[in-house]
Order: sequence, then C-alpha cells, then structure tokens
Amino acid sequence: MKRRAFLQASLAAGGGLLLGFNLPSARGAQAAAAKSFAPNAFIRIGADGQIVLTMPYVEMGQGTYTSIPMLIAEELEVQLKQVRVEHAPPNEKLYGNPLLGGIQATGNSNAIRASWQPLRQAGATARTMLVSAAAKRWKVDPASCRAQSAEVVHAPSGRRLKYGALAADAARLPVPESVVLKQPKDFKLIGTPAKRLDTPAKVNGTAVYGIDARPPGVKIATLAQSPVFGGRVKSVDDSKAKAVKAVRQIVRLDDAVAVVADHMGAAKKGLAALVIEWDDGTHAKLDTQQIVDQLAKASLNSGAVAQNVGNTDSAMASALTKVEATYQVPFLAHATMEPMNCTAHVRKDGCEVWVGSQVMARAQEAAAKTAGLPLDKVVVHNHLLGGGFGRRLEIDGVTRAVQIAMQVEGPVKVVWTREEDIQHDMYRPTFFDRLSAGLDGKGAPVAWNHRFAGSSVIARWVPPGFNNGLDSDTTEGAIDLVYGLPNLHVEYVRVEPPGIPTAFWRSVGPSHNVFVVESFMDELAATAKQDPVAYRRSLLDKTPRAKAVLELASEKAGWGKPLPKGVGRGVSLQHAFATYMAQVAEVELAKDGTVRVRRVVCAVDCGTVVNPDTVRAQIQSGIIFGITAALRGEITLKDGRVQQSNFHDYPMLRINEAPAIEVYIVESSELPGGMGETGTSAIAPALTNAIFAATGKRIRKLPVADQAALT
Amino acid sequence: MPYTLTINGTARSVDVDDDTPLLWVIRDVLGMTGTKFGCGLGLCGACTVHLDGAAARSCITPVSAVDGKKITTIEAVGKTPAGKEVQQAWLHREVPQCGYCQSGQIMSAAALLAENKRPSDKDIDEAMAGNVCRCGTYVRIRAAIKQAAQSLRKKETA
Repeated sequence: MKRRAFLQASLAAGGGLLLGFNLPSARGAQAAAAKSFAPNAFIRIGADGQIVLTMPYVEMGQGTYTSIPMLIAEELEVQLKQVRVEHAPPNEKLYGNPLLGGIQATGNSNAIRASWQPLRQAGATARTMLVSAAAKRWKVDPASCRAQSAEVVHAPSGRRLKYGALAADAARLPVPESVVLKQPKDFKLIGTPAKRLDTPAKVNGTAVYGIDARPPGVKIATLAQSPVFGGRVKSVDDSKAKAVKAVRQIVRLDDAVAVVADHMGAAKKGLAALVIEWDDGTHAKLDTQQIVDQLAKASLNSGAVAQNVGNTDSAMASALTKVEATYQVPFLAHATMEPMNCTAHVRKDGCEVWVGSQVMARAQEAAAKTAGLPLDKVVVHNHLLGGGFGRRLEIDGVTRAVQIAMQVEGPVKVVWTREEDIQHDMYRPTFFDRLSAGLDGKGAPVAWNHRFAGSSVIARWVPPGFNNGLDSDTTEGAIDLVYGLPNLHVEYVRVEPPGIPTAFWRSVGPSHNVFVVESFMDELAATAKQDPVAYRRSLLDKTPRAKAVLELASEKAGWGKPLPKGVGRGVSLQHAFATYMAQVAEVELAKDGTVRVRRVVCAVDCGTVVNPDTVRAQIQSGIIFGITAALRGEITLKDGRVQQSNFHDYPMLRINEAPAIEVYIVESSELPGGMGETGTSAIAPALTNAIFAATGKRIRKLPVADQAALT
Repeated sequence: MPYTLTINGTARSVDVDDDTPLLWVIRDVLGMTGTKFGCGLGLCGACTVHLDGAAARSCITPVSAVDGKKITTIEAVGKTPAGKEVQQAWLHREVPQCGYCQSGQIMSAAALLAENKRPSDKDIDEAMAGNVCRCGTYVRIRAAIKQAAQSLRKKETA
C-alpha cells in the first residue's frame, strides 16, 4: 500500500490507531519523516496535523499502548484522541530498554519506569520546539505562548496555530538540550483513568495479532517438534499426508517436521497423517522427579551468597525456637491465548517476518542468522501480542518459521497447535528451597536462612547479567526483604535442569521467592502463636510504605472478623518491581479439598500512577493468572516428554471460579513502580496462607492441587 | 467438496474437505481473522461464532455441519441488538487486555443476551465458563454483561 493510501485507509477507519493495518515500510516512514517534524524517535507530526507516536514497548494486554502515549501526550499537550500509535521497528539504538541493558525488550514490568523520564522529555522537547516555532513566526517571546490541545496559543493577541501548521518550521529548529517538564500538579492526563486506545479494535475483531498476518499468497504450516527436547527426526513417512487435499508440501528439519497447506485445517490433517520416527536422544528417560531430586540435593551444598546481614549462625545458636521447612515450585507453561506463530518470507536477497514479539531486535537477528542474511535485509513487522507473559521474550518461534520458510516458495505462516505450544514452551523453572529461622522468647525472628536451587534464566538470556553465581531476577523477592531481620543469610545454587528449557514467566523471580518467603513468614507467625498481620507489621518499622499497604489491605478485608467453618483468610506482603503490595485472600474449602478463592483484597503503592484503570486491570489480571498457577499449574516430564497438552490437562481458571477482586491504590508521589506482574506473585502465598488458616494444612509445594483435602 | 456458506449475510463458496473445521474456513480460506484459534478442541472458546444465533465453537464444527445455517462472526455481531450492546459495554468497562480471547467472549455473551435479557450470575457462569481469558478479565466481563443486559432491557421497554 502506498503511504497516502495507507493513511487514508487508516483515517477512513476512523480509529486513532494504526494497529489494524500493516505498517508502512521503513523507507516510506523515512520519506514521510522528511516532510514532518520528528524531533526524536517517538514523535512525528505531519504538516497535515497527524500526530504519530512510535511505541518502543509492545502491547500484550498491559495497556502500554495507552500509558506510554499518556506520558508523551501529557508533555506534548495533546489529547489522547489526537494521537495515533505505531509499533516501533527493530532498532535497539532508538528503542532499547534502558532498564534491560539496552535490549529492545518489553518485560519485567518496567516500561513505565524506563519511560517515565525520557518519554516525558521527548514530549516536552517537541512542545518546546513547537512553541519556539510559533513565537518566531509571531515575533513574540516564547514565554508569552503556551501549548494546549495540539495548538500553540499566544494569549495576549489571541493568535493560535495548530501543530501541523508549525511542523515544518519546528523541524528546522535545533533540538534543545534541556527542557522543563510539567509539575505533577499541572498533569491533565497522568493519573486519570484514560480509555485504552486499543480497545475499539479489540471488541470488533479488527485488531491484528501476529497470527492474523496475511501477506499475499501466504501458505499455512503447522509442525511437530521432537517430543523429547534435543531429539532428532529419524524417519518420516509422508505419503498419506501428501495425499490430504490442500496440503502443498512437507518440510523436514533436523528436529521437526512441518506440513505446509492452503489452510490450517489441511495442515493439521496432514500432520496427523505423518508417520514420524524420532531419535529421542539423551533425555529419553527424563522424569520431573529426577530434576527435583537433583535440586533437592544441590540445595544441601552452599551456593552464592545473595545477601548476608549480621550473623545467622550465632543468632540461630541463641534462638529459643527453631523452624525449618523445604519448599518447591513446579515448571510452568505460559499458555498465551494466541498460540505461538510466526510468518516468514525468505527470498535470496532478503527476508520478511510478521510476528508479535516482546523482543523486536532479537527477532530480526534470529531471522537474519537463520536465513544467513545481513541484518539490514530482514524486515520485521511487529503486531499486537495475544498474551506475552514472557513467552514472547524468546525467539525460538521466529527461528523455526524462518527455517521452514527457507524451504518454501513464498510466504508461510507457521502456527503451532496448542499441544505444540504447551509441549514446546520454555518453562518457568522449578525451584527447591530450604529455610530455617530462629525465634527469640517473644517469637520474633532473630535469624533467617534461605537457600534455593534452580535455573537462572538471566544467565542464558542476558549472560552479562549473571555474575559471581547470582543475578538480580532469580533472587528478587528473596533478598532486600521489607522486614527488619537482624540476621539474614540467602544463598542461591544455580542448577540448570537437563532436557527442558527455562524462561521468564509473568512475575519471574518473585513468582517463586515471594511464595516461599511469605509462606515461611506465615509459619513463623504460627509458631510464635501470633496473628499473621500483626506479626508482619511488627517487622515493618523501617518500611512505612510496606506497612501502609499491609494495614490498608487488612482493614479493607475485614481482617480478624469471624468467618464460617471451612473458610480462611491469608495475607501476603511484597516489594517487587519497585511496587509495594499486600493481598488478603479469602478461600473456601469444599469437603473434597477443592479450593475456591472467593475474594481477594489488594492494596498497592506503585508510586505515581499513570493510568489508574490500567493499574486495577493489571492487578485483577495478575491475581487470576496467579490463582491458576497456584491451584493447578504444573508441567511434568515423563520419558522426556511434557505430559500436559491442552486446556483439559493444563487448566485455566474460568469465570465461574474467579473471585471478587477489590483493589485499593495508595496515593503517592514516588517514582512509578511496575504493575504487570505484581499481582501474580503476591497471590500464591495469600492463597496458601488462607488454606492454612482454614485447615491448619501448610502448603509447601505448588500447585495446591488436592493437598488441601480435609483428612 | 464445494460448500456455499452464509456468513454475515453473504453467500461464500469454498471448496474444502467435509471435515475441515469451520474456524479454518473462516480464517484461512475466507480471510476473516476476527475469529481466533486457541485450542482446537473446543476447550477455550476463542473461536466462538453464532450458528443461527447460537454460540458454537468453530474449531470443532466441521464445515459439513453448517450447510444451510446462518453464520455470524465478530465482524458482524454488532449488527444484532445484543451484539451491539455487548460491544458497547465492553468498551465502556474497558474489558479487553491482550484482547485475543475477546471475540469469543463477546460472541458467547451476545448469544446469552439474545436469549436471556436478565441473566443471573449463574446464567453468566454457565454461558461464559467455556471461554478462557488468560489475562483474567472475568471480573469486567461479568460487569459488562450485566450492563449490556440492562441497556437491552431499557431499549425494549423504550
């Protein structure tokens, strides 16, 4: 599509968003940029008044395509309905995430934290230049002009000019080195519940995800990868598959076979008709229990010291009461609603990729490397993501699609079945934890020891982030606790499980550590025969923000009020992703041990709030995601194969099981904290502590499954 | 074999195997991508469409079973009174997050409200429990369905 036609098409659609359309080529964008005012990589204002904001972070449900525009629009003095949003192309120089070592990645709940200063500055820079351009045109002092609603106004004379009319002039001005940001009291957008820009397209079916890419002539492929990780294809009998109507081609790779067809129905039918013999390789007999045993054993040895405060050995020796426990969390799949997919078109001189990715530049690199092409010959079109949760921080799907596309004439969309998606995920690692604590005569914790063993995703994903046996993610939530513990010692033993790849999963390190720490804290309260909220509160004198959310959540939840038999309340407190959060879960147990979470009360202090409605939505979302995992999430291996395959044996929480969720936001002028993941890590211990309150049964191993059955 | 399907009021001819799931005819053969693929086994509801007004999982509905039936997808559900109110309520309540499952959620909700304009929580559970949302938008889905039901009732009495 020519750019003009493209713009018209977008305008005709009436939306403020480009997302329903394929993006213009990089060349087209540059040509357009030449005639527009583009003071930085995030803002482009055309002579026609069109304001386009380029999104460095990808939209996977977290609302970033609204909250990031809010930051820019606030300073640029435009309304959200006046802007259009574009996906950023791969370019780490322009769009690298400063909080993730410059990698162009969306993850770790840090888009707002990373953007808070630079993107408001980007908006302020553009605004300052537009004001200068107007002042110059009117020959007045810039200080006598102000920007509002995409116009510059000269109040004394009543003159006004739209941004579009100033774009060409502003483009000729030097970019100022420093600009003045607005005072929070003058915010018009930040802190207001803005309507999401992507909602209209998501309710009428026009939103375009990676799986919806349809370059002309595209064929559809689906695939079978070696059921055992690291296995190889030994032989393929494709005679029956080839006979399926609309099947065009069978592509054989070293460790996978793909069926290319006119539509997915034929591709799946063809796949089912293949007879593949696999060489399972070295992991043919691998079992989850072997991995757990390996971790349990490793956790007996000393590891890298993640944090040491005081002297736990001597404190332990003088403690009156000692408490010991081991904890375990399982492998987890991401199960994004949009199954893994990627469309690729490999030609001799170049490659084009259509995908929804959390790592655009890595997607481009993977395609280039696989196709043996220079980076500049690979064009990647990003799309909306039908869920990310960390799965789309990996580029294995891009590599696969390009491998297949190299053998196919024309573009091919490789769509994984749900079974492939679950059985060839890269999983939240399993961990094994050993804890011990010593209490004094009043029951206060005088010593806290925690050692855990498991995989470091950072060590693979961003190796420079792994130093001296440690990384900041694997230990987050286990160290720098909000509690005043005079003697604390935390060690991490890195063990990479064989035969199963690990990856980031929504709430990452805290998904494991917060469950363990908050459960064990509950154990200490119970040992000390103290109320779990009061016990925690007594340790929070130096962390007032933590104390405030704990008090708010417990008050709103009616902590301490009587409950019927079989119902219990549990609490959790966390400081992760620079956000403070407390949750109180209320669970109800059926006689057969079935756990129903009926209410969750959450208090959050995430510093300055950009879009409060998004904060609420993310907490609701994170809690549901976390309940699914805590109650029943578990990936297991037998004979090297993942045993779960679809939503019947890797079940999700459904609407009839969803609790009422109340969210209370603490007003704060602190720097913004992360929101996308906090709800998930905080719910598991609140839930299992509630089970303890209801039954006396301590859950030390996730998922809960049938452990809560009353005996 | 050749089939003529009536989708969103338009007759469309396709030539596919009898057992081809309707989902792939809609998405890949006809190029209407609003209807989504989630599981392929009728377990998640992302592929929900209406067959003569009733919600059906298109991923497990063979094309041979829809001959002569009126098929409605997310692209046209807004033309039905219930579908329109559901979409409005979804906008008003800011239901979607990643949005991928929402076509299916809206189709299930619209089918419910076309039949029952005063759904109880239990009715909502029953109609919507087949639709998985990995972003956990359930709290808002329930609120939006109640809001849409109320608007529908108001319009009927008006």
